Amino acid sequence: MHDVAKHDDSKGQYFWVWGALLVLTGVEVWLGYRQIFEPVRMLEALLVLSVIKSALIIAYFMHLKFETALMRWMLVISVAGLFVIMYFFFFPDAGRILRLGVH
Amino acid sequence: MADATLQHSAAALHGPAGEFEAPLFGAYSKKVGMWLFLASDSLTFGALLFAFSYNRIYTAWPTPFGKDSIINATVMTACLLSSSLTMVLGVFAAQRGDRAWTRNWLLATMAFGTAFIVLHGMEWTKLIHEGLSLPGFPKPAGQEAGEFARISTGVPQFAATFFGLTAMHMLHVTIGVIYLGVVALRKWFLPILGVIWLAAFFLIPSDNVFHYGVHALLIGLIVSSVILFLKPKDYDAHDVEVSGLYWHFVDLVWMFIFPLVYLMSTKI
Repeated sequence: MHDVAKHDDSKGQYFWVWGALLVLTGVEVWLGYRQIFEPVRMLEALLVLSVIKSALIIAYFMHLKFETALMRWMLVISVAGLFVIMYFFFFPDAGRILRLGVH
Repeated sequence: MADATLQHSAAALHGPAGEFEAPLFGAYSKKVGMWLFLASDSLTFGALLFAFSYNRIYTAWPTPFGKDSIINATVMTACLLSSSLTMVLGVFAAQRGDRAWTRNWLLATMAFGTAFIVLHGMEWTKLIHEGLSLPGFPKPAGQEAGEFARISTGVPQFAATFFGLTAMHMLHVTIGVIYLGVVALRKWFLPILGVIWLAAFFLIPSDNVFHYGVHALLIGLIVSSVILFLKPKDYDAHDVEVSGLYWHFVDLVWMFIFPLVYLMSTKI
């Protein structure tokens, strides 16, 4: 059996990641209150920050950064690909319903 | 002679060194299994978030969340992020074979998770009292007919997506706390969970939605009992690491729900 993931186990980096996640959350809350963007722009900005936060969680807390390249790419490509497919099915179809006026 | 033949066959099957073939992903099967489950579960949340985003863009979306709700949700986010840190420290303790600190860090993670559930439950109760509701929910005494009640009737998608997304996530957090409790305390966790279920059922008023929702703990108790009695084992570092993967996923999903559901609906 393969042993438990072995990698650079310095705990300090996890505290840094935790701090970065808290700071990014603070930025999100600030953006939410300032409302400096229109809703669609705001949605995009918050989504970008969320993707950065989730990448930090997946890479460090979930240790994917320290797994083999095959496992890393298989997971990332398959999940990201399925989200892209979901997007192309979901939004154009929802927009079509809107344009046809079907409620 | 027969023994020699057997050994020769085994060597042929498992290679000249007599070892099993290396796993494809370089990881043990439990971890790969959990990753596959999380990949599939991410699609469930992905579909819910896509549905929410579509409604948010194409509907005259209300922005009712005041300062109290945003502060509460920010504290909840900090709880989950901190729980991920304690979970990582628990995995490290398990890898160096320190059983006492493994348990301590897992209990700290459970405490943060429980704080998240309690804060979220209070937020739900407040919003329902202010009029935000779904058709199946019990009507609390003195429910207000203010802004949230108008939203529930005028933009029903708001309550449906809010309760749908956050309930799904809260269920995952609850399952996560039970999962960690089983790994940390094994059979000792069962009476604790039973007491929490009974106390919550009797203490929460019957006109509160959680008076019924708390039965999720009973289902968790039954499932945990079946697992612990049918396959009792001493959970090792692998099990702690796999439970950690699940816990971090719960944290990850909230990183999308918090900005989309709360911050995109902030009252200015």
